[in-house]
Amino acid sequence: MATGECVSQWKQTGDTSTLRNRRTVASSGSVTEDSPRHAPGPSSGSDTHSSNGTSARLSPRGGSGDGAAGRQLLLLLLVGGLSFSGAARPIGQNRPWSFSTRLYNISEPPQVCWDETHFGKMGSYYINRTFFYDVHPPLGKMLIGLAGYMSGYNGTFPFIKPGDKYEHHNYAGMRAFCAVLGSFLPIFAYLTVLELSQSHTAALITAALLIFDTGSITISQYILLDPILLFFIMAAVLSMVKFNQQRHRPFTASWWLWLVLTGVNLAGALGVKFVGLFVILLVGLNTVSDIWRLLGDLNLSLVNIAKHFLARVFGLILLPLFLYVTIFAIHFVVLNKSGPGDGVFSAAFQSRLIGNNLHNVSMPEYLAYGSTITVKNLRFSGGYLHSHWDLYPEGVAAKQQQQVTAYLHKDDNNLWLVHRQDHNESQSGTPDLVRHGDIIQLAHKETTRNLHSHLYEAPLTKKHFQVTGYGINATGDTNDLWQVEVCGGRKGDLVKVLRSKVQFRHRATGCVLFSSGKTLPKWGWEQQEVTCSPYLKETPSSQWNIEDHINPKLPNISLSVLKPNFLEMFLESHVLMIRGNSGLKPKDNEMTSQPWHWPINYQGIRFSGVIATQYRVYLLGNPVIWWMNLACLGMYLVLVVVASVALQRGFTLDQRRMEHSHVLKRGGGLLLLGWIIHYAPFFTMDRILFYHHYFPAMLFSSMLTGVTLDVLLQNTDLLLRPPYSHWLKRGGQMVFLFTVLYSFYLFHPLSYGMTGPLAQEPGSAMAGLKWMDSWEF
Amino acid sequence: MERHRQNQSNTIELLTSQTEPIEHMERHRLNQSSAGDTVTIGPVTTTTHRVSVMLQLPWVVTAQVDVVLVLVSLWSLWSRLSHLNYPGAVVFDEVYYGQFVSLYMKRVFFIDDSGPPLGHMILALGAYLGGFDGNFVWNRIGAEYPSSVSVWSLRLLPALCGALCVPLVYLLTLELKFSHLSALGAALLLLLENSLIVQSRFMLLESVLIFFLLLAFFSYLRFHNSPSSSWSRFSWLLVSGASCSAAVGVKYMGVFSYLLLLGVASLHTWKLIGDRTVNHISVCVQCVCRFVCLLLVPVLLYVFWFYVHLSLLNRSGPHDQQMSSAFQASLQGGLSRITQGQPLEVAYGSQVTLRSSASQPIPCWLHSHKANYPIRYENGRGSSHQQQVTCYPFKDVNNWWVVKDPSRQDLVVGSPPRPVRHGDVIQLVHGMTSRFLNSHDVAAPMSPHAQEVSGYIDFNASMATQNLWRVDISNREAESEVWKTILSEVRLVHVNTSAVLKMSGVSLPDWGFGQLEVVAEKLFKLHGGSLGWTVEEHRYGTSQEQKEREAELHSPTHIDVDRKISFWAKFLELQWKMLTVKQEDSEHKYSSAPLEWITMETNIAYWLHSSTNAQIHLIGNPVSWGVANLSLLAYQLLAAVYVLRRRRGIKDLPESVWDQFVCLGCVCVGGWLVNFVPFLLMEKTLFLYHYLPALCYLYLLCPALLEHTHTNLLSDVTHRRALCVFASTVLLSVFLSYRTFCPLTYGSPELSATQLQGLKWRDTWDILYRRR
Repeated sequence: MATGECVSQWKQTGDTSTLRNRRTVASSGSVTEDSPRHAPGPSSGSDTHSSNGTSARLSPRGGSGDGAAGRQLLLLLLVGGLSFSGAARPIGQNRPWSFSTRLYNISEPPQVCWDETHFGKMGSYYINRTFFYDVHPPLGKMLIGLAGYMSGYNGTFPFIKPGDKYEHHNYAGMRAFCAVLGSFLPIFAYLTVLELSQSHTAALITAALLIFDTGSITISQYILLDPILLFFIMAAVLSMVKFNQQRHRPFTASWWLWLVLTGVNLAGALGVKFVGLFVILLVGLNTVSDIWRLLGDLNLSLVNIAKHFLARVFGLILLPLFLYVTIFAIHFVVLNKSGPGDGVFSAAFQSRLIGNNLHNVSMPEYLAYGSTITVKNLRFSGGYLHSHWDLYPEGVAAKQQQQVTAYLHKDDNNLWLVHRQDHNESQSGTPDLVRHGDIIQLAHKETTRNLHSHLYEAPLTKKHFQVTGYGINATGDTNDLWQVEVCGGRKGDLVKVLRSKVQFRHRATGCVLFSSGKTLPKWGWEQQEVTCSPYLKETPSSQWNIEDHINPKLPNISLSVLKPNFLEMFLESHVLMIRGNSGLKPKDNEMTSQPWHWPINYQGIRFSGVIATQYRVYLLGNPVIWWMNLACLGMYLVLVVVASVALQRGFTLDQRRMEHSHVLKRGGGLLLLGWIIHYAPFFTMDRILFYHHYFPAMLFSSMLTGVTLDVLLQNTDLLLRPPYSHWLKRGGQMVFLFTVLYSFYLFHPLSYGMTGPLAQEPGSAMAGLKWMDSWEF
Repeated sequence: MERHRQNQSNTIELLTSQTEPIEHMERHRLNQSSAGDTVTIGPVTTTTHRVSVMLQLPWVVTAQVDVVLVLVSLWSLWSRLSHLNYPGAVVFDEVYYGQFVSLYMKRVFFIDDSGPPLGHMILALGAYLGGFDGNFVWNRIGAEYPSSVSVWSLRLLPALCGALCVPLVYLLTLELKFSHLSALGAALLLLLENSLIVQSRFMLLESVLIFFLLLAFFSYLRFHNSPSSSWSRFSWLLVSGASCSAAVGVKYMGVFSYLLLLGVASLHTWKLIGDRTVNHISVCVQCVCRFVCLLLVPVLLYVFWFYVHLSLLNRSGPHDQQMSSAFQASLQGGLSRITQGQPLEVAYGSQVTLRSSASQPIPCWLHSHKANYPIRYENGRGSSHQQQVTCYPFKDVNNWWVVKDPSRQDLVVGSPPRPVRHGDVIQLVHGMTSRFLNSHDVAAPMSPHAQEVSGYIDFNASMATQNLWRVDISNREAESEVWKTILSEVRLVHVNTSAVLKMSGVSLPDWGFGQLEVVAEKLFKLHGGSLGWTVEEHRYGTSQEQKEREAELHSPTHIDVDRKISFWAKFLELQWKMLTVKQEDSEHKYSSAPLEWITMETNIAYWLHSSTNAQIHLIGNPVSWGVANLSLLAYQLLAAVYVLRRRRGIKDLPESVWDQFVCLGCVCVGGWLVNFVPFLLMEKTLFLYHYLPALCYLYLLCPALLEHTHTNLLSDVTHRRALCVFASTVLLSVFLSYRTFCPLTYGSPELSATQLQGLKWRDTWDILYRRR
């Protein structure tokens, strides 16, 4: 009921105000056509126009009207608060609209939706200061945590699985925070397109597409990283475009402002997800072409160019890098308690977490015979030496003996016993200590098999030898003997727990125990391969660390483990994140989404609810908008090719069309590049992919649609003579607006939730709207 | 060596002669007068093999032959073709390609996901010409060929392609508008590259690929450089398109070079469009011609390779199982022998075997047998304890099911037969045990999220029968509403729960005899993917009694009508299969990472004599390898400096030289990039020989760059002389290192262990020693 009212209200106000806006724009256009070139008044000296150069050429009809509007808009954004009465102004309506579409029904459903289970949980971790491991950089989750903290959420809700009821917990603040960031997207898109095309119509088309896209609404409404990521991406693009526009007034305050803002937003985007790298690439390419342009400007001296260059290095490389590192510094400072995922990190890393068993650790200082130990590889994200009852399968490895692997997490199967070669440990008194050059056996505690190697090739790294568990109850053969070598040590040196880098050299073949870091297939439980490497180079992969050391006969000594410095922690967490990201492989029976599914809106994601009685939210883009985007992409290519060939062939085009082709090539080109950069790389990724990965690209696609449609409608006079062409243009705009609004009216239950029968049934809210079989609502 | 130096001096003089056209003409006449001796001897050589025929009497034929080119070609032929018979044993990847050659000889169908069929067909052509009958088992590297196998002919075509690369490089340098001396340098570098010699001399594909790549670029440049008035130049463009297609047909890697060539061509076309001196119509016609030659023809040719491939291979063989039933039925023998003449339309009472259209992990048939699900699984979950239904990858009498009308009792086909249509509800009765195919809300053994499928046994355990299945023909638009043998892909939808019958791909443990699990899964979880089943063997049931039916099922099916599917359907299916079949991602003892190639960290042992130390390795010429890397670096530095200075308005080079320089970069550096960078992103097992195409481009680049330096950068005579001396020293050391590694290239003479040790220039190389 409420929804219905709301929509009708939007329809009324929306239609009229947009119409009004169009009229304003058009009339200002026609006025300036009659009397071109308003000289900008002295008061508008600081507006977005310059008196020479491309931007002036771009907007010959841009009289004071445009400038004033732009300035107004900036003011609006800066001041922020704007009442509905402001909607009387042409542009003002954007803001309340996007906010109202995003903030409407924000607390529904009162249960954990989809990935809220992860990101909400991680927000709680920040509030509780508990350390965790995640594949994304920390900024997004920090902001969520902050938003939760500010809005009175105390971090106690466990976020166990999707569908859990929030009950009395205060979750709406976090959602609202995400939604507010998501609401900025249409505004940013509007401003970007306005800057690129100098056309309010194009900008409005873009804004309308984003405001009424159900997908963008849904993804903004929940506790997810995506709205935050999208916010930073769009902000970075906007600042970049604004910065480009300042090119004729270098080193002024506004020039610096936009440069710095670009850098800040890049850091933000990268700090939320590694997808931010794509927008960095976009900005990077833009900057390269910018520098190239400067280099070609022979009026500039080399010193000046160097200044430009250094300014960009500062603003776009050093500053973001600094901010990004700062984010991690805050992350490490805030999270100081032991939590899930400690074991993934190195011993040094763990030792700084309160509550971890390595924090202020006390254990026997030197490795001794008869001790129970865990052995961890020294490579970044190296695992513990591990074994279990399973054998190497037939046909994969040479010998069907017990598997030995490297396992990232803490587990009882990581425990090994240190034995002498001949097993005559002194039964009483203090045990003997292991020294550099000693020959030992390592027996797996659980299965009593010995660590064993032989001259057969390893399962994955065929150049190395296989390592197995062999023998029973500590009886074995000479292939079970390993020589302990402390790196950089001399014969007779003691082996320090936690601090010595140890190599295990196989006695019979001379190879060294090695962790290749490759993931074994399912038969090895996707743990990492352990081999014996005949190549004796000292690499972290062949060096091991005694991490836990239990020997009741020896006194425990409090060890002050070397605290890792910040750089090491920073690097280690990155290696882990990258590994984690590429390790996200689709599991069996898990649905996988293909990149080509996305632009055609093939299949969405269930955010909440499956069956008819549940409250269902389904992440799916407004199909009309998405398909229109796709069509416009094709149309854009056609338009650009036609325009380019015409120009190359030397056809004379009138001023207006030259302008249009310029907008298409420059502005449209930038947007197309953005779309490609944010979409194409997914085809080469073999990690698991989801539908929502397309949203950054979708933003660019929508902006491109704005530019394309506008140019297309402006050029209707190629088909018809003036008065009719004018009508055609107006008609096109009207049809567009109506289609978008009506499709939003049809599909809005996807975002705002629906109950009742599924779409196949006649009584459903979505009856008849299941246009593709693959949609699941 | 002597000859080599002589060549060099020849060409130097040649250069001077070019600059003095009058003198050139005079000598030319002089040569003509030397009665009928068409090949000029002595210090004079001429540039191209142009043959001009004058149409007035007396008819005089003047042939101009580039002696340097001829000599280089002969040397190249000698280096690649001599002693091809040695070693008379299977060398490295011959063991892999050999199987396919044998299959071609026997005309047995196979799938090889490593590349399109043209390369294999070229190898097979060599075998065919040598009279190879395909009766040799390629089972291990080092196996001796019997005397009946003509080893020479097996290796001839790749070796020939490898040899022809040398003159091609010579000509290509000329088309890049560099001098004959540079051309000679490039040809010599290629000639003296040990790895290229090794790779050419065996039944391997790299040399063929390189040949087509070079030919494509050469003919394109020939087209581009000819005067635009002549229409005959389009024949060169056609050659270019055809060799692109051939390159792609040999290895998929060729695609990237093809794209590069298309890029260069479109740049040139773009310039043509901008050329306002040419009228619109001519521009249009030229564009269309280019489109046809460079896009249409290659695509058609590519399809043509498959056409030849498929028409050659018309017998069923070991790889049949990966293809659809319809595809298999089109092959002689195998499935078509079974399916010929069986009834087309499945009717009530039909006896059928149902093959899962999901071919992962292996293709299999719906199966049941007299064994029940265990009451409790290992993890403590319970089951229905009813009869197992599995998917079984072998032909078996237990794969037979009878299609039954739920409303009738009889299991025979009535007359006339009542065909089953899309949407009909059926029951499936297992032929041997007469159990009904059943599913219910019990978790499946290995995939607990899905429903168990069983042969229904009534234990009086209040578990009602749910054995109705709706027939859902998913390709009914393409085929028909009626369920057809082989052609129709059918989903079986469980009526009570609307779950779909599906092979989950998981193997059952011992109690299920390691067969594959069959489950029923709700539709919304399944999208894409093929859930269909096709009827493969089919006959109309005639016996109602259980005993008779068993006898009937045991008897083989028979009959004979040929069922054909169109070439396009076969082509698309095969191409799709080849692109999607996943290779086992395993490491090989000699596999390497792309970055190791640049510094030649690795080698590959190709062959070791069964008793002596004689061995063949893929090791490049280290000196030329280094020279190639240096020239790549130098070009990039030089280009960066030029580009920046040009941008600042300082033009170091005249426009024509600049164009030449850019063109060199596009072809050589571009060629290197497109043949190298993609490997960085690939996840297959890679070998050093994958780098050879990229390397050839660098050899092309190196002398051209020297010439550029000589003519444009060095103005001082002493510097120029120093450069010449430098270049000749490098060439000399290239030759010496070639000589040093020759024993590992040709596999003879045998070296002692210490000599081998001396050849181990890098620690990471694996050179084999026989313990004595």
